[in-house]
Amino acid sequence: MTTNVPVIDSHAAPVAGRKNFLNCSSGFLSWAGTLDHKRIGIMYLVGVSLAFLAGGLFALLVRLHLWKPDGMLFDNVQYNQIFTLHGAFMVFIFVIPAIPGSLGNMVLPLMLGAKDVALPRLNLLSFYLWLAGALMATLAIVLGGFDTGWTFYAPYSLYTDQAVVTIGLAVFVLGFSSIFTGLNFIVTVHKLRAPGLTWFRMPLFVWAIYATAILQVLATPVLGITVLLVAFERLYHIGIFDPRLGGDPVLFEHFFWFYSHPAVYIMVLPAFGIVSELVSVHSRKPLFGYKLIAFSSLAIAIISFLVWGHHMFTSGQSTYALFAFSFLTFFVAIPTAIKEFSWVATIWKGSIALNAPMLYTLAFLIIFAIGGLTGVILGALNVDIHLHDTYFVVAHFHYVMMGSIALAFFAGLHHWWPKMFGVMYNETLAKIACGIIFVGFNTTFIPQFIMGSRGMPRRYATYVPDYMGFHQASTIGAMVLGAGVALMVFYLVASLFQGKKAMQNQWGGVTLDWLTPTPPPLENFDEAPVVTTEVYDYSTLDYKAMQTPVA
Amino acid sequence: MSHDGHHSVVIPAPGPEFVPHTVAHHFDTPVQEFQSMKLGFWLFLATEILLFGGLFAAYFYFHESYPETFRLGGHQLDWKLGALNTSVLLLSSWTMAMGVRSSQTSQKQKTLFFCGLTVLGAVIFMVIKFFEYRAKNEHGLIVFSELFHPYDLTTNSLPWFKDYDGVMAGVPHPHLFFAIYLTMTAIHGLHVVIGAGLILWIMKGTAKGRFHAGYYLPVDLVGLYWHLVDLIWIFLFPLLYLVP
Repeated sequence: MTTNVPVIDSHAAPVAGRKNFLNCSSGFLSWAGTLDHKRIGIMYLVGVSLAFLAGGLFALLVRLHLWKPDGMLFDNVQYNQIFTLHGAFMVFIFVIPAIPGSLGNMVLPLMLGAKDVALPRLNLLSFYLWLAGALMATLAIVLGGFDTGWTFYAPYSLYTDQAVVTIGLAVFVLGFSSIFTGLNFIVTVHKLRAPGLTWFRMPLFVWAIYATAILQVLATPVLGITVLLVAFERLYHIGIFDPRLGGDPVLFEHFFWFYSHPAVYIMVLPAFGIVSELVSVHSRKPLFGYKLIAFSSLAIAIISFLVWGHHMFTSGQSTYALFAFSFLTFFVAIPTAIKEFSWVATIWKGSIALNAPMLYTLAFLIIFAIGGLTGVILGALNVDIHLHDTYFVVAHFHYVMMGSIALAFFAGLHHWWPKMFGVMYNETLAKIACGIIFVGFNTTFIPQFIMGSRGMPRRYATYVPDYMGFHQASTIGAMVLGAGVALMVFYLVASLFQGKKAMQNQWGGVTLDWLTPTPPPLENFDEAPVVTTEVYDYSTLDYKAMQTPVA
Repeated sequence: MSHDGHHSVVIPAPGPEFVPHTVAHHFDTPVQEFQSMKLGFWLFLATEILLFGGLFAAYFYFHESYPETFRLGGHQLDWKLGALNTSVLLLSSWTMAMGVRSSQTSQKQKTLFFCGLTVLGAVIFMVIKFFEYRAKNEHGLIVFSELFHPYDLTTNSLPWFKDYDGVMAGVPHPHLFFAIYLTMTAIHGLHVVIGAGLILWIMKGTAKGRFHAGYYLPVDLVGLYWHLVDLIWIFLFPLLYLVP
């Protein structure tokens, strides 16, 4: 993809002191009140990173507690609170907003050749709603915590004496943050594409964020009303989820999973988008099956609305519903496998550069294959009856949520870091950290697959001594994983202070985000871009921009 | 936020009593701005429908589970007041449409007149709603003063459902109908109040001359919101008041 304007004049010497979005204004208010999508993206990045570190800390506490069969640190109620905090922080405050909020905000308008997202004020509101939700969740901890698990299953969530209303309202507010982000991105993709940027010239990250946005808009309101109803149920006992009052707890499960299954794809589709970009750039090869990947994102978005019942195989649904949900669940595997195969085929015979972002991407490809395939195993009815609510399920969704989504987020972060800040991190440390994270992650969760298949139930504060070896291996893995993440945080933060200057086009990308100066100016492009070539056309790559440091 | 010599697009005012509109800096044309905002607002309306969708799903589920409760409960509502409120909202949708049209044709006084009538409709609706709630309160079907009192496990009875006249005797879980009635109409009522507030905001902008034939987008969007509020009530009325 090129434009008819030489966006980066790589023949001229870099102009020192050129204004970009980072240094065009300064002061607290220039950030807190900014309408610039790039600054909002960076605020999201800081926020979700802190949420990730908090959620990770809770995870380490859970793993430490489980070192011994009787538990090490907490009583049962405290343990319930800690794993609930881990789940709620990771799902609602980190994973769902992480990629769309930070990298999506940063990159999407750049890739479209737009000056900003379509609704910049709404974008800032999304961020503050996220912040308010995160603060309310923290307030709920202060008010005594919550022990329902991140799923708030009725009737327990109606009876427990903890701060369920506060966390419920926090989730409601976070939900609207997510809805407004999705709404904004849909409008931006429809209305703000540069001239010549047709739908099938859009980078696949844009396609993925677009499919995600549809899910955010169409699924999240149902979660909103569900958590509101739980709050009302606690406040004035409507009775619709409370069996004592004629209500049906299974109705809660239907409502909850009608959102929360699509939410899985709200979380994972942006990760797919990042991986699609990165395999192409770092193999310097057009994507294999571009249209198939684009359409598979939409197919996943549609099918995801039809499979919520597979979370409820043991809830007493009708047998026919079970068959239908199981059968439809297998369908998700088809578009997902199309992506995985297309990524591998893209790398095949490419000019592969084993940069840090590519290493994280390769780690994703391996881990996601395991995470995806174990999902198919769990989709099978009879197998799931045995594996339901065991560590096998825990390991499966951590292979997807942590191993795949968080690693893709890290990959994207390493990929666009030089674009955002104009500096490079220490790549040697980055590669070492990637290795530590990969080893630590698998050491944590492979034992969980095994003990889950042998019947270790999830969410228990204690366990029979037979499982001790697996639990201890898992805890050691978690510590290694934590060390890897700590190293990553260290070298990324250090790069901001003493990193060497990045190149204008650090990796040799040919999408519009790499064709504007690094870091981008406030309105993204010095001259409005016009797209004249197909997407991922590496014959247009300007190698000089890869050797020109940022000003 | 004009920047680097980028010149913002300005839509001129049609007359001295109006103010020109400056298109937001990141849009190239007024049409792009108009279409973007409109698409975004329709998506927002979709989320509103989905939010109410959860309540409607709950309604149908329990109507199916306890048909007698819902039939008897529906008879306790005053269908005449419900029908009156439906007429008020329908009329207010018409006045809102006239307000939007007046704005599109730069008729300031007419816009203010019709928007004012719409707010009046909202007020009448809420007043009638208040009398309906008060009647429920008097019959002990929804005792508002005890709404948030804790549920008494020993007597297994809800503090806010007393049914002084025994009209709901003999049906299973009689409070369920009124709980759903209260939840749905209260959330709808909240939307009526928000809608009225938005219309007042529109009237303020109209008085200042911000909206005219060249730029009436906010009036258009608030109009859409008001029609949605009306539309949801059109479904609520038969479901709650005219239960077969």
